Amino acid sequence: MDWFLNPTSVADKLIVMVIAIALFVAIMGLILWLIDRPNVPSWLVVVGFLGPVTIALIVGLLYPALGTVWRSFQVSQTAIGPDGRPVVNPNTGQKTSELAFSLTNYQTVFTDPNFQKVLINTVWWVVLVPVLATFFGLIYAVLVDRTRGEKLAKALVFLPMAISMVGASIIWKFMYEYRQADVPQIGLLNQILVWLGLNPYQFIITEPWNTFFLIAVMIWIQAGFAMTVLSAAIKSVPDDIVEAAQIDGATGFKLFRKVTVPTIRPAVVVVLTTIAMGSLKAFDIVRTMTGGNFGTSIVANEFYTQSFRQGEGGKGIGAALAVILFVIIIPVILYNVRQMRLSEEMR
Amino acid sequence: MSMSGSAVELPVTTDATPEEKVSSRQLKRQLRLQDAKTKLSSPWASGIAILLAILWTIPTFGLFVTSFRPPVDISTSGWWTFFTNPGITFENYQNAWSGNGGLSAFFLNSFVITLPAVLIPISLALLAAYAFAWIDFKGRSVLFVAVFALQIVPIQVTLIPLQTIFVSLGLQNSFWPVWISHTIFGLPLAIFLLHNFMKEVPASIVEAARVDGAGHVKIFFVVLLPLLVPAIAAFAIFQFLWVWNDLLVAIVFAPSPNLKPITAAIAELSGTRGNQWELLSAGAFIAIVVPLAVFLGLQRYFVRGLLAGGVKG
Repeated sequence: MDWFLNPTSVADKLIVMVIAIALFVAIMGLILWLIDRPNVPSWLVVVGFLGPVTIALIVGLLYPALGTVWRSFQVSQTAIGPDGRPVVNPNTGQKTSELAFSLTNYQTVFTDPNFQKVLINTVWWVVLVPVLATFFGLIYAVLVDRTRGEKLAKALVFLPMAISMVGASIIWKFMYEYRQADVPQIGLLNQILVWLGLNPYQFIITEPWNTFFLIAVMIWIQAGFAMTVLSAAIKSVPDDIVEAAQIDGATGFKLFRKVTVPTIRPAVVVVLTTIAMGSLKAFDIVRTMTGGNFGTSIVANEFYTQSFRQGEGGKGIGAALAVILFVIIIPVILYNVRQMRLSEEMR
Repeated sequence: MSMSGSAVELPVTTDATPEEKVSSRQLKRQLRLQDAKTKLSSPWASGIAILLAILWTIPTFGLFVTSFRPPVDISTSGWWTFFTNPGITFENYQNAWSGNGGLSAFFLNSFVITLPAVLIPISLALLAAYAFAWIDFKGRSVLFVAVFALQIVPIQVTLIPLQTIFVSLGLQNSFWPVWISHTIFGLPLAIFLLHNFMKEVPASIVEAARVDGAGHVKIFFVVLLPLLVPAIAAFAIFQFLWVWNDLLVAIVFAPSPNLKPITAAIAELSGTRGNQWELLSAGAFIAIVVPLAVFLGLQRYFVRGLLAGGVKG
């Protein structure tokens, strides 16, 4: 069975992949065949269509989410037996540990200076990325709207969205690359500093500004998303509104501020909240560029480090960080849903 | 889109613009276009647009140029000197692919991970979306809202317990947990998106098939699936980009060097050999080229999905 779980050769890997797909097709085919026979009760048809998904979501999302919430309130401690002495595992001779209810995980996250730094960084990410990405996306969408070469112009800004965050991190790490002042620079930004007569700067290492240079990467990625959605919104601003405003003498920036912006406001809100959630969960950039060192860690990255790099001891803190992530997202989503409702009512 | 006429340049990257039907509307558009032209003839506006376009392109372009330069050149001079002192080599790609970078194996892993992780959630979501759209049953809307709401669960919240489940099944550190978790994480968005598209199919078509005696399974395969190809494409691109570009799920569930996808391999290279730019630049582009091709080829569907509310973080 080793090749089944840990295939090494190219052929084995492809075979396992084909088996996985075939297994899925066979199971689903069987289910559909069963419910397609005559005289099958209708509830069974519903179960056939929805059952697999429901099970997957309950076992794979709902139960784990609740499990994480529960785990975040547990700490691992040495088990104490009824005699008041630590319980020793007779086989290994070591003290056994057990989980106990505690608020320690949250206490640590909110009071430890290192974790406080992580939280503050996260706030910067969640505020700056949506605002600036939307700002640049909106400006660009307006500027290239209905110009010659609009398609190409948009594709250029859109492309970073197809690139993985890992790829984007490599691209920007190279932009930020630092060499000492007496040798030629190979990173463009430091070369520009040198051309301006300044000293090269360690963009990725120097606190506290390095966090903002990582944030710039996320802005670079997300602006394309903002641009696409806002561009579509701008194009759907009704012609008659624009014409009426033009007759009233509104032109250029005034037209944009008084007519375009209010009309596309719902789209702006959706873009802002979507990017905010994306930046909250983005872990790849920090992981690839600094690994969370040099005071750049954010909740999403710290979650990974604590949960999967610190053994059993970090699991509780990891769970607490995941729950914090979740709790921050909820009001953003509620606001988003409310805005969508409002804009639907207005129509 | 092609109906819009030659005089007006329509936004080709978005499908959101309603197709022109009335010629007077076209005329209006032309007038507006002239307006826009005068508006944008401002040198400031075009200047800023060009500046932004350059800012957004230069970083990728720089690494791209670097990936074709000999290692000695890369480490002793900036990529911008390439234009005055050109030197081209393909060895970086050779090295990254099969030499000391050895990315070909990781590229294969990415492929092996991605194909099932795109096919399976789409199939499951199509079935569920059909049930939500076209089968009447008690509790339908409650269940649909529940699925919709699950979109907000960040995957981080699920990872530790999921890992425990996979360990107890003996599946840990293989492709299986990666496939399964990508499938699960993709489902809520997929069901929501595909349900929206499925609802748009006219009820008369479905009714007609029902009158002809077709059961749900037959209606699903014969009537609805062919109509949904654009929607399926839209979500397939999302899921493809998401899975191919994913780092977190892969390094949590398949950390073994033998199973790593290319994103994880590149991220690791960046940590261990961060100064070998000849390797990193070529490696990054090997990782980027597939999603880029898919993206450029199917951009139209991608944008449609994006505007239909399909966004995943």
